[in-house]
Amino acid sequence: MDVPSVIEYAWRLPNVVHAQGQLFSCSTESTKQIMEAIKEHGLNRVIVAACTPRTHEPTFRDSLKEGGLNQYFFEFANIREHCSWVHSKEKEEATDKSKELLRMSLARALLLEPLQEFELPVDKRVLVIGGGISGMTCALSIASQGFDVYLIEKERELGGLARRIYYTIEGKDVQSYLRDLVKRVYSEPRIHVFLGAKILSATGYVGNFLTKIESERGVFEIRHGATVIATGAQEFKPNEYLYGQSDKVLTGLELEELIAKRDERVISAGAVVMIQCVGSRTEERNYCSRVCCSESVKNALKLKEINPNVDIYILFRDMRTYGFKEDYYREASKKGVRFIRYEPQKKPSVKLVKESGKELIRVTVFDPILEKTLEIDADLVSLAVAVIAPESNKEISLLYNAQLGPDDFFKEAHVKLRPVDFSTDGVYLCGIAHYPKHIDEAISQALGAAGRVITLISHDTVIASGSVCIVDEKRCMGCGACSEICTYGAIEIYETKQGKKARMNPVLCKGCGLCNSKCPTGAIQLQHYRDEQLFAQIDAANPEKEILEEVKKVAS
Amino acid sequence: MAGVSRLQYTPEIRIIRVMCSGRVDLAFVFRAFLNKMDGVYIGGCRLDECNYTTHGNYHALTMTLLAKRIMEHIGLYPERLRIEFMNASMGQYFAETVNEMVKKIKELGPVGVGEGMSEEELVRRIKEILRLVPYIKIVKREKLKTKLDKNSPESWNEFFTAEEIENLFKEIPSYYIEPEKCQACMTCARRCPVDAIDSKRGMVHVIDQDKCIKCGTCLDVCPPKFRAVTKLIGVNVPPPPPEEKRLIKREKEKEVA
Repeated sequence: MDVPSVIEYAWRLPNVVHAQGQLFSCSTESTKQIMEAIKEHGLNRVIVAACTPRTHEPTFRDSLKEGGLNQYFFEFANIREHCSWVHSKEKEEATDKSKELLRMSLARALLLEPLQEFELPVDKRVLVIGGGISGMTCALSIASQGFDVYLIEKERELGGLARRIYYTIEGKDVQSYLRDLVKRVYSEPRIHVFLGAKILSATGYVGNFLTKIESERGVFEIRHGATVIATGAQEFKPNEYLYGQSDKVLTGLELEELIAKRDERVISAGAVVMIQCVGSRTEERNYCSRVCCSESVKNALKLKEINPNVDIYILFRDMRTYGFKEDYYREASKKGVRFIRYEPQKKPSVKLVKESGKELIRVTVFDPILEKTLEIDADLVSLAVAVIAPESNKEISLLYNAQLGPDDFFKEAHVKLRPVDFSTDGVYLCGIAHYPKHIDEAISQALGAAGRVITLISHDTVIASGSVCIVDEKRCMGCGACSEICTYGAIEIYETKQGKKARMNPVLCKGCGLCNSKCPTGAIQLQHYRDEQLFAQIDAANPEKEILEEVKKVAS
Repeated sequence: MAGVSRLQYTPEIRIIRVMCSGRVDLAFVFRAFLNKMDGVYIGGCRLDECNYTTHGNYHALTMTLLAKRIMEHIGLYPERLRIEFMNASMGQYFAETVNEMVKKIKELGPVGVGEGMSEEELVRRIKEILRLVPYIKIVKREKLKTKLDKNSPESWNEFFTAEEIENLFKEIPSYYIEPEKCQACMTCARRCPVDAIDSKRGMVHVIDQDKCIKCGTCLDVCPPKFRAVTKLIGVNVPPPPPEEKRLIKREKEKEVA
């Protein structure tokens, strides 16, 4: 597009005292020019008509600060992503559009107000909820970097779900790893462990949480700056396939325990059937539990190791031994483990039978490839049951404003950009509380969460955005339309001599502005996106109108 | 992503940035039409994929559905308003829907003109709606909060009915202070959120009907012993007593004595 003509247009707009072109506005040289222009011309608003605020707003805000202006006097007109790049074949239209976008930005810029960002003190202590592998790993990493950690665990011993896992598919010894980890936790003076713990209440916000717990050691109030949720998960207990009715039907973890203990039933077993996707990928729990395919293959290989003559059948819907775990699937295949596909609408069935005085489980399954129904008599049936979120997740979610996904597992703020953060600042996530995952994945995530925690607590203060809502009490009619929709709990309605009024806690406000749109009287305004600022921008889109005159009126 | 990927789309659209589609006020939509914008496109995050925790996009959706019905009520094509939900990777979708919408609007013609409405009439009708935005927000508050079923967009259209909007405008209340009852206690004037009540010590208070946003606060706060405020529906508000006749009785008696 024709940049010189846009600059020339800018000169003609009211209130503009300086306009210039720059090749790369965000370069050091250009930002210096901006700072100098502020001083030289006594500018009180700066508009950069260039690219997107998503990447470059912080740069230019800094330039304003250095030029001695409040950074909220900066306005971006995005004439690149919103214009030149997307209308690259329509030069004339794009040039005109750029002018209009600039004019709209100017209308808004004239009404911008200086805002103060505020600093909040950060408590250097950390609360880690859940004493499994993830929680312990995270706590150790934080403590080793010099910060105190309160590690709370609801059971009477540390270890979580890993206490029931004996070996990994790669052959690592989980129990000795766990013993070592627990020992390291107890010998780390900066980690304070509370067992048999229950959270009674939790309040506060990033840098300043207050959690009250009850534990074996009594009731404590813990002040902490960051919270890590590592509450783990549970094994689903099915009520199908004779589970709970016959001791020959086990879950994967139960079978693993028998294998680890070299139980007679395992050693003498002639045939073992494993059924995958029990309780997962159903209408009720429409997710894949991720670890159970590997768990079954792992158990199958271990069984073959103990007793090479055992017949093993894995009835599956899709084998998902992802990543390099595929190698173990191949190995199992090679060793004679038989994989039989079943379709969800034709699930296998089991019944107890007696064959020559011996009790067996007869598994009937339709093989869609052979197009035949097979019957397998098994000494043991292992169910690859779903990994489910603990009931207590809902409670913790409410206490710390930590979001849950549709299956009650915790949900990160952003899958790629903020994978161990919650959208609530100062609250982090790791381990199987997030979704079913293997131990190595949980450890990596725990270290990641520790890193994010340190990023926060290594600072003495956190900066809260100035673009938050404020209440004009006179205009407030106390209807509560704002407080009922604010899920951050930033707005409270309280009694005054003039009736009910809304009161804002700016620390909790995240600046979405929903309350502003709900307010019938305009009493609550999202600063930096106030009604009159956005109205001005809308009005300025109208090429026919002398809107800038009106804006000037409002501004004065 | 449409920008970064340099996807080409039609240049008629002007984008205004807000942090959440929930920030898009009912008044913004009509303000745009008042400024002869021929269409309003609201882009929100995908439903259930809120960047905040407030799910403002569901609120933007109900607001849009309400606005469309109001547009129909005042004789504007509801197709001039559109809401789309997308995430940052859906640049292609953005470009396609913008193109589609602009094409549709070109068929409809400029706002008002396409509807065969004179400019004065268009401005008058939109200004009337803008004046009523606070009232609409108060009356439809509960409904605007509803989290609609994202899986059945075909049912959304029926969420607000034409009849409902008909009633909404039929039942517009006015608040009126009865001169014989008002004791000039100033309570209503102090509490009125928009300073719409003319109050002077010892003088009958008068509600400025142009400033009034119909929130009913004055009715709620007028002391029960006076009950001077009444809510009128479907009748014209009596004109206020002339300035010289506003002295309330008590004061008049004193003067005589």
